[in-house]
Amino acid sequence: MKYAKAIYASLIVFFLLAPLLVILPLAFTSSAFLTYPIPAFSTRWFEELVVNSVWSRAIVNSLLIAAATTVLATVLGTLAALGLRSQELGMKSQIRTLFLLPMVVPAVVLGVGMQSLFVRFGFNSTYWSVIFAHTVVAMPFVVISVSGALTGIDRRVERAALSLGAPPWKVFGLVTLPLAMPGVLSGAALAFATSLDEVVLTLFVAGPNQRTLARQMFSTLRENISPAIAAAAFIIIVGTVVIALVLMLARRKRA
Amino acid sequence: MSENFIRFQKVTKDYGTVRVVENLDLDIARGEFVSLLGPSGSGKTTLLMMLAGFESVSGGAIILDGHKINDLPTHRRDMGVVFQNYALFPHMTIAKNVAFPLEMRGIPKAEVAGRVKKALDMVQLGALTDRLPGQLSGGQQQRVALARALVFEPRVVLMDEPLGALDKQLREQMQLDIRDLHHRLGLTIIFVTHDQDEALTMSDRIAVFNHGQIQQCASPREVYDHPSNRFVAEFIGETNLLEGTVSAVQGEVITLELPGGTAFRSHGMPGFAAGDKALLSLRPERIDLFSEGAAPEGSNCLSGEVTDTVYQGDHLRVVVETGAGRIIARINRKASEWANGARVTLGFRAQDGWVIAP
Repeated sequence: MKYAKAIYASLIVFFLLAPLLVILPLAFTSSAFLTYPIPAFSTRWFEELVVNSVWSRAIVNSLLIAAATTVLATVLGTLAALGLRSQELGMKSQIRTLFLLPMVVPAVVLGVGMQSLFVRFGFNSTYWSVIFAHTVVAMPFVVISVSGALTGIDRRVERAALSLGAPPWKVFGLVTLPLAMPGVLSGAALAFATSLDEVVLTLFVAGPNQRTLARQMFSTLRENISPAIAAAAFIIIVGTVVIALVLMLARRKRA
Repeated sequence: MSENFIRFQKVTKDYGTVRVVENLDLDIARGEFVSLLGPSGSGKTTLLMMLAGFESVSGGAIILDGHKINDLPTHRRDMGVVFQNYALFPHMTIAKNVAFPLEMRGIPKAEVAGRVKKALDMVQLGALTDRLPGQLSGGQQQRVALARALVFEPRVVLMDEPLGALDKQLREQMQLDIRDLHHRLGLTIIFVTHDQDEALTMSDRIAVFNHGQIQQCASPREVYDHPSNRFVAEFIGETNLLEGTVSAVQGEVITLELPGGTAFRSHGMPGFAAGDKALLSLRPERIDLFSEGAAPEGSNCLSGEVTDTVYQGDHLRVVVETGAGRIIARINRKASEWANGARVTLGFRAQDGWVIAP
């Protein structure tokens, strides 16, 4: 039985990781095609990412947009989580559902709606339109993560701080926020990752100047299947692993 | 000692349609140690939370040192609060925790260090300043919480079942420590507990709570020996309650007729008149057991049969079935023992009983 469980788990993990194992070696191919077998190993496609302005621009765009999204989503999501914690708030669970809705609503539907909204306000196809769109889908992760951290804080600790002479804003700065920080950090990391691989909304609200790495990969895939995609995928995966490590460290600190 | 340092005047607290504290009056003098004692849900903690400013007041006034503080925010009330679960800041060292209230008051750094050290020495934890709260035992954490609540010399110290999470020995040690601090520093302490021994050990006065109202507020001795009603008699300590009818009142001695025809002479609450229904509260340790018919002259007597004896280490609990019902007596180990089925006479003096309204 024990072995059956282990084999079953290994198969699932293999099923989840197999696509990565297929694509990653192709990042180092010397061939001009995204196919096996690999004739020889080279780093030419990584050079292509840096030298080719389309790719390098996409990488810079992705980092820029992800960074701005992270800041915006983290601030707004943390505020939302704090508000949802308030005891006076009525209809709390309904409001919470509302905040988490962007996770469930199909991205295509969101994309269509945002596009027409942004066009009406006259800022579609700008950096801001992409950042706002990403913030909408990234914020729920922050809300969930910070809410989780906040429920772990004993209200009596905050009450103690009040009774010891700290005005409410100092209680927040010196007690609540530092204790919720692991949740805020993991929320920020999730927001960054969400923005980095978001494609659907980007297709709707980004102009030619806001091509992100994920979107560039998507369109390259349709036009010419270049191994540069594999190289870009390699970079994103490495970035994701780094973020996952940050998350683990944050969690360990909380424990 | 100035009288009425803290006054609760007709204080009421409602949660929705539920009234948790009702029209409550209580005056507390400066330097007094008052325990709020009662079963859970009796409103004692709510009253403390209103005094600390964590809960709003639905009606009435709370007055501190002559000023109404109903709407004064918590951080400006200058009260030290100690919670049952310690409520230390888990991300700050012990020294930082104790320094917190001083830093909030803008006290210069050099002075803070000295006062923190003094406060931690006072609770015998001067060596642990750089540890985090999680690295300390429960008893040590509660000492830190105590030091933190006292270091800024608050006007009042509020304690919400502070010893509830500690084991029995540690709890008794802390009771004596807190009592000692109270005497040495002249602190005004309001102490919430559901543990009657704790309240009896530590307090100048005990306010017994039930259903959002104070049933009795008096010294531990008064509350225990002269309970004002049935709830207090049953809640504090153990007691035998015998129903009867008042047949005569002479000065402080009330004569009570029991259904079996026995009459007892006992002290009791004022205001009884012949013909009133009443209860006699008789503490188990105030009863003496004699061989049948051997009770001394002048004491109240009731004969019965021993049905059970429970060994409790330092004393014996003897269950006696009498014409007036089952009575439990607590007897000294040096007194003679009786076998089950033995005929005995229970005896007690008028000043050892207490008559209350049914």
